[in-house]
Order: sequence, then structure tokens, then C-alpha cells
Amino acid sequence: MPDSLVIKNLNASIGERPILKDFCLTVPKGEVHAIMGPNGTGKSTLSKVLAGHPDYTVQSGSALLDGEEILGLEPDVVARAGLFLAFQYPSEIPGVTIANFIRAAIVARQAKGTPFDAKAYYAELYAKMDALKMDRKFTARFVNEGFSGGEKKRCEILQLMMLKPKYAVLDETDSGLDIDALRIVSEGVNRMRGPDTGFLVITHYQRLLEYIVPDRVHIMWDGRIVHSGGKELALELEAKGYDWVKTELASA
Amino acid sequence: MAEIDENLAQREAIEVDRSKGDFKYEESYAFDAGIGLSAGVVDYISKVKAEEPWIREFRQKALKIFDGLPMPTHWATTDLDNIKFENIRYYLAKGQKAVRTWEEVPDDVKKTFERLGIPESERKFLAGVEAQFDSEAVYSRMKEELEKLGVIFCGPTEGLRDHPEIFRKWFGKVIPAGDNKFAALNSAVFSGGSFIYIPKGVKVAQPLQAYFRINAENFGQFERTLIIADEGSEVTYMEGCTAPKFETATLHSAVVELVALKGAKIQYVTVQNWSANVFNLVTKRGVAEEGAEVRWIDCNIGSRLTMKYPGVVLRGKGARGEVLSIALANDGQHQDTGAKMIHAADDTTSNIIAKSISVGSGRSTYRGLVHIPKTLKNCRNNTECDALLINEHSRTDTYPAISVRGQKNSVQHEASVSKVSAEQIFYMMQRGLSEGEAMSLAVNGFVNDLVKEFPMEYSVELKRLIELQMEGSVG
Repeated sequence: MPDSLVIKNLNASIGERPILKDFCLTVPKGEVHAIMGPNGTGKSTLSKVLAGHPDYTVQSGSALLDGEEILGLEPDVVARAGLFLAFQYPSEIPGVTIANFIRAAIVARQAKGTPFDAKAYYAELYAKMDALKMDRKFTARFVNEGFSGGEKKRCEILQLMMLKPKYAVLDETDSGLDIDALRIVSEGVNRMRGPDTGFLVITHYQRLLEYIVPDRVHIMWDGRIVHSGGKELALELEAKGYDWVKTELASA
Repeated sequence: MAEIDENLAQREAIEVDRSKGDFKYEESYAFDAGIGLSAGVVDYISKVKAEEPWIREFRQKALKIFDGLPMPTHWATTDLDNIKFENIRYYLAKGQKAVRTWEEVPDDVKKTFERLGIPESERKFLAGVEAQFDSEAVYSRMKEELEKLGVIFCGPTEGLRDHPEIFRKWFGKVIPAGDNKFAALNSAVFSGGSFIYIPKGVKVAQPLQAYFRINAENFGQFERTLIIADEGSEVTYMEGCTAPKFETATLHSAVVELVALKGAKIQYVTVQNWSANVFNLVTKRGVAEEGAEVRWIDCNIGSRLTMKYPGVVLRGKGARGEVLSIALANDGQHQDTGAKMIHAADDTTSNIIAKSISVGSGRSTYRGLVHIPKTLKNCRNNTECDALLINEHSRTDTYPAISVRGQKNSVQHEASVSKVSAEQIFYMMQRGLSEGEAMSLAVNGFVNDLVKEFPMEYSVELKRLIELQMEGSVG
């Protein structure tokens, strides 16, 4: 499937501990898929493995981004191939302004020697910051340094909107957000929905999915998807609780 | 074994960071003092320069001091023992007179400086340029309007010969020959460098620049600089340094003396980019009289070992001294740098901000000295030293010596060590930056607030040098 992110029989571990176990999932472009599941089931690991984090070892399986294997590539190569990860805990980069950071990321995607259009860049940056209700003074602040939880997440979505990846993995983007911030961040994501982008939204709670309404919901348990359904599955899960997953779905 | 590994590491580091300075053209020299150091060599140098007897005596006396002083290995590093003074060539020159147009510079030398972008920088933003090739300046020129104002910009030979009434008074006074072993060595064999005099009230808006190029192997470069800013004058001086990579050690041992008379301001900017075989052992000190300001901006990139602690003697009431220092120690390199602030009058203030980056097996050391005696009042010092480690093999040490006495003086000292974490690198790489780009962004972020203090052209150059270093430091 050329226009999809296809993960097949992925087995990955950290140290000796297996975490992803024959994990399979396909996210077509233009769709929003949500992964829900209790803590420690491997949701964040999935996002890190796809992004090429060096702490994880892939034993077997594949992850094809529009038909191209991304497992085993360096993180920057995966990123430039079109996979964006919105971090649950984004790193601080002291001394580097947001404007310079995003600029460096854009320049890294351009062919060497391409002139950078600074005027157009700032126009776009400001428009997107306005949409996220971010103060323009933020461009001069150092990446994530001294940010509140909500500011960090907004900054992640700003980068997502500026870099326009083919696939975006949002790792617990709702954690640490109050209801207003949640609404703004979700609007940012919804604005990007369209035929050119696929989303994988990882969340512990159903709340986020009220704002970013998914096309498909997958329930993850012990390193694999144990149940999939439409958006109503999130509500069912919320009503029945994760015990339901443990007793009925996991044993099935 | 350890030594062999270290050499390997050094060579690897050189491969990548010398893209701009690492080239050489074949040379022939009309003047050559031969190999090794002796009273005869010192006399040869003095003779080809046709110096007055007092200068020759100054040199010979300095040689005796040099011979009598031990190596400072007890407080510094034993790597100093690897300098083989008997294998070094102390004076190499193609001619004795610097020319005043680039057209007159010999083709091979001109090619070198063109490749380093010197004539272009001169056209763009400099008030004067001096280009030194091994022991002597080959080119020296200053804008005519400065000449008319009485500004003097020449080498030590011309300075001491043509303007003794100005320069002799301060020559060897800020840094006497006996200050330390390498100051003594410089005093014995000095050649080249800049002698500058800025008359009363003259404010030179654009920088004067000197460019020091070592081109010969087994060579020692010993330039000598003396800048006198007369009352109320202002000047910015900038020096750039490069050398090609050689398998053998090369020595650079300069002495720089600054004199800021009442109300004068001197800003001295160094962007050195030595190759990893160079021992860079330099003594730099300024005197600030009443209400004067001496500011050292010192960027140390490259070299095998750098030992340099620019200092300011705050001699007049209300004088100010500042050292802004950036040191980058790549694989196999040791940057032993710092600052000295000697308060010798009331109401004097000093500020030291030192940032060091250690990459791979690189080692950076901060050594500071702040002295405020108890007889003084209303003196203030602020010292900040921050170290950034790029990985677990790199090393940083801080040795601040602060002696502040008396009730009405204050000192503030802050130090920090931080690390570029694997998570930070992963985060930046996830945005599409290569590992090298990610590291250079982190390093540039770390020095960002200091670089802002630099004249624009040099901050761009520094950023580019950091990028080259960091790009090369990863597999």
C-alpha cells in the first residue's frame, strides 16, 4: 500500500525486555487512527521505535512509510522521510530559539544550497502561531525552556504544522493540558487533517478523541492491538474501563 | 598505547575541521635562522632586523631567563614536556618589508590569503589589515584617513625603530620577559605582530585586523603585539590564526600587551582556529588607567594544547575589565583557558564569562584569578564559567582563584556544567537534523548569549567554525 504507514509483525525490546509483540497496524493517508490502552502496554515504545530511537532494539517486522522501510534508519532520515513524532515529554534546548529551531528543521529538508525565504517563513510561522493562540514573542524563546506543559504541547503542534509530515504520531499530547489548551491543540490538528496526512493519536483517555474525532480506534494490550473499531469504541472503553480489556479482549 | 590512540584521535579531528585552513603551497625562504635555539639564533634575528643594541640586549637577557625557568608542568600539563625546543625553527621569512598592496604580495603567499578570504574582508569591513606569514608580515595597510589622524599600525621592528618615543615606554612593561617561561621565549625571538598607537580622542570605528598564518613545519611563531590607546581613544583589534596540519608539533607563543590610558577603550577579539598539532601558549595582558576599559573576546578552537589567560590590571579609578571566552576542545585537544583580573584602584569593575565545550576525548580547563586587595573600596567582580560536555569521555575542570579582601568590595561567582543529552539529540534529529547539525545547534545555543556580544562578522565566522567542528565530531 503506497499511501499508508504499514506496520507488520513488529517485535521490539528495550534491553532484554520485549515490549512490542507481533504488532500490526495500517494507517492510510487521510485518516486519523487512535491507539488507546493502559499504561505500560507499549504505546510510547511504538512511537519511539517508529522514530528510530537508539534505546530500542527491533527483533523483526517491518514498518513501511508509503512503501519504504523506515526501521533501522537514523532518526533524522525517518523524520525527513515524512514521519513526525509529537513528544509526550519534549526536550529543552537552551539558547536555541523556536524560530531558529524550526528554521533549521526546514533547511534540513531542503536541497543543499537552496536559498531560504525568511520573509515567507516568518509569515507562515506567525499565521500558525496565531491559529494556536501563541504569543508572537514565543519565537524568541528557547525551545521548551521554562515552558508550562500546555506551552510545550502547543510548541509541538506548531512544529507539526510547519513541517507538514506525511504521518504524524501524537504521543499522549493531551497529558498536561487543561481544557482550553486541549481545544486549541486539537483545532490545530484538525486543521491539518486532509488527504495528504495520516495521524496516529496515542492516548490514555477518551477525552482527546472528543476533539480529534478518529476514523478508527485501536485498543492496545501487552504489545499488540487486541481490538479495533470505529470512534464509538473509545466511548465503550471509557464506560467499561480497562478491566474489560484485560478480562475479555486480551484473552480472546 | 594511550599516546598512540591520542594521536589517532587528533588526526581524525584534524581531517574534518581543517577544511578552510588546511592547505599549503611550497615555500622558499630568504631568511632562515636554522633549527634550534641559541644565543646565535637570537643574534641572527636581531641582525636581520637591524635592531638597536638595547633590543638585542633585551632579547639576550630574555633568553637567559627562558633557560633558567622550569616548565610549568607542576600546575599545568605534562604535555608541555613534548615540546622539543631543539627541533623548532625560530625564524623564517621571505623578506623584511611588508608591502602595501595585495598586487605586490608574492603569488604563492597571496593565494594563501585569498583562500582564507582576507583581501575580501578588508574590502568589506576593516579599517586596516596586517597579514603575517610565518615570522614576518607580508602585507600591511591601513585606511589613509586613519594615517592622517596619526594612527600607527605597523610591526614591532618598525614600531621600535620609527616610533621609539611612543612604544619603548610600554614595550615589555605590561608583560616583562620574566613573567613566565613562554613570555621569556617570545621576548628572546619575537618577530611580527602589531604595534598600534591610537592618538588622543581618536575613535576608530572599524576594526583593525591581523592575520597570523603558520605555513612551515617544525616552526615556532612568536609574534609580539603592543596596542596603546591614548586618552579617550577607542579601537577594536581582531586577530585570526590558522595553520595547515602537520604530523609534527608546531609552536605558537605570542605576547600581547594592551595599554588603555585615561578613558580609552580597547576591544581585542581573537578567533583562533589552529590545527591540532599546534601548541598555543600565549600571554595576554592589558592595563586600564582611570576610567578606561579593556575587553578581551577570546575564541579558542583547535590546537593541541592552548594555555591562555587574558588579564587586565585595573590600575586607575573606575577602570573596567572584561574577558569573554569561548573554548572548544575537540577529540584529543586540551583547552586550558581563563582570565585574570587584578584590581589595583578603587571603583574598578571586572567581568569574566567563560564558556567551554568538550567533545569526545577533549578536555577543557578554566583557570581564573581575581584579586582585590583590602585597601580598596567599591570594587566588583562577576565571574561565570559554564561547561558543556558532549559525551561521557570529555572532561572539564574549573580552578577559580578568587582573593577578595576588604569590606566594601563584592564578588559573585557562578559555575555550571551541563551535558548535551541523548534525548536532546534524539529530539532534534526527529525534526530532521543530522546528528552533527543537532550537536552544533546545541553548542551554538550554549554560547549564544556570549556570541551576541561579538562584532557581527566574527559571530558569523565563529558559528561556522563551530558547525565544522561538530559536523566532524560524529561518525
